[in-house]
Amino acid sequence: MVILADFTCTPWAGEAGRLVATGASAMPLAGEAVAAGFPSPADEYLEKPLDLNAYVAPRPEATFFVRVSGDSMVGAGIHHDDILVVDRAQSPAPGNIVIALLDGEFTVKRLVRTKDGLALAPENAEFKTIQVTPETDFEVWGVVRHVVHRV
Amino acid sequence: MPKSYALIDCNNFYASCERAFRPELRKRPVVVLSNNDGCIIARSNEAKDLGVPMGKPYFKCRNMLERNGVAVFSSNYALYGDLSARVMRVLTRFCPEVEIYSIDEAFCDLTGVPGGAEAFGRRLRATVFRWTGIPVSVGIAPTKTLAKLANRFAKKQPRCRGVFDLSASPDPDRVLKWTEVGDVWGIGPRHARRLRKLGVNNALEFRGLKRDWVKKRMTIAGLHTLLELRGWPCFDFADGPVDKKTIVSSRSFGHPVTRLDHLLEAAAQYTTRAAEKLRRQNAVTSNILVFLQTNTFKLGEPQHSGTRSVPLPVATSHTPTLIRAACAAMESIFKDGYSYKKCGVMLSGLEPEHSRWLSLLALPPAHRPDHKPLMQAVDSCNSRWGRDTVSFAASGTRRSWKMKREMMSPRYTTVWDEILRVTVE
Repeated sequence: MVILADFTCTPWAGEAGRLVATGASAMPLAGEAVAAGFPSPADEYLEKPLDLNAYVAPRPEATFFVRVSGDSMVGAGIHHDDILVVDRAQSPAPGNIVIALLDGEFTVKRLVRTKDGLALAPENAEFKTIQVTPETDFEVWGVVRHVVHRV
Repeated sequence: MPKSYALIDCNNFYASCERAFRPELRKRPVVVLSNNDGCIIARSNEAKDLGVPMGKPYFKCRNMLERNGVAVFSSNYALYGDLSARVMRVLTRFCPEVEIYSIDEAFCDLTGVPGGAEAFGRRLRATVFRWTGIPVSVGIAPTKTLAKLANRFAKKQPRCRGVFDLSASPDPDRVLKWTEVGDVWGIGPRHARRLRKLGVNNALEFRGLKRDWVKKRMTIAGLHTLLELRGWPCFDFADGPVDKKTIVSSRSFGHPVTRLDHLLEAAAQYTTRAAEKLRRQNAVTSNILVFLQTNTFKLGEPQHSGTRSVPLPVATSHTPTLIRAACAAMESIFKDGYSYKKCGVMLSGLEPEHSRWLSLLALPPAHRPDHKPLMQAVDSCNSRWGRDTVSFAASGTRRSWKMKREMMSPRYTTVWDEILRVTVE
């Protein structure tokens, strides 16, 4: 789980390999420090700017954004009005936070294994864990990979 | 090795798009209306079973739809176009060669895929559904025409579970016999009527006709269809009978193309050609999709393929409008550092220009020569001060706008304010 700051950070010229959030005015990032002046010796070292999209959504065709209402997942860093980055290509496993379909309705919970099988656990003491029984109409719609939280 | 073509076709595509974010609609009949809520243009299987006819004006069957609890949607090309682009991207990720044929169909070359074509097709189908939420059917055969036919069989026969490989079938002739002659790819309603009069009712009977006879009466196109039914490929990738609901204009480049400005030129040129075809049919389009891909056969070279769909605020056949949309899409999918082999555009959501609804306040069609100066003025306003600075009365008399909003689903994948909201209580 990675909690991301706002997408609209200014470009940050850090050392190569460091996460740099780039907005609309993405700048190419030089791999090594270079002196100013023309002709630019930086051309030799030009690398692609770090792409936040590629980082949070390596499979864009399977990635969907979902907005959260409510606070049953605050313990996992998921707040009201946050945007979840959901990957439908990842197979769900116990421990994952998932968007689940429960009797035809969407919900966000942590998928956990219990002695009776699977359950959907909230991350807020005020809410109850939902046990998935064979009678439950249950399906995992996608796995939550990141939270976009405005600070 | 004989070729193995697969036709991947999304099941009731527009209805499936509406269901992808509304799981409670999975069991309910769903229909989608054309622009401005004119006619029914898409139906789920449940709606088909109710006898809801295709193309029927909405106001004529509104009561019947309400009585039967049918979920009715205005067309949401932002959503359909994006989900189509996702399906196509999944296909290009897993198949060596993909030809986008229409908004909801693509041919894939499955020759020599590991594990055999049918098993591969099943994996592909499961992956597309898992990743995008869109159910597809897969038809596999040695020619494109037979792949189309196999696809229909896969779709209509529940025991196929969505995938049918005609070349592995113990009795392919029975499948041909099951296919009505008018449902064969490339045989239009006019020829189908003539053939039925002569006692040729299904694909098997058509396949048995003499070559010369078919060529004389149905020209070379009919002969190609005949040979394809016999298993002799006549249509390679990127050719074959045209689809009436969409217009695709694409080509492979003679040399690998690496520069964005060249690709923009190509996109503009293909758009111009597609718009010409559109006007020749007296039609307008609601959506333009742009795609590009590198040569996936060149192993070891970096690969990139992109698809981007742009819904148009007002259905149009105005070339400059279409070109602007196409170029913006091309810029957004282009990545530097790759050698591109192919690009193209596809227009979808076609409707006849003159039966467009909302003719009350609509301006005359944009492309007429005497309205060119106006069009140009509008376009330059919009390009200087931003999209929709000047727009057409056709995009909203109050009544239809309200009606349209009432039944329009959110643009779940393209507008931040409209993404799916999940309540966690």
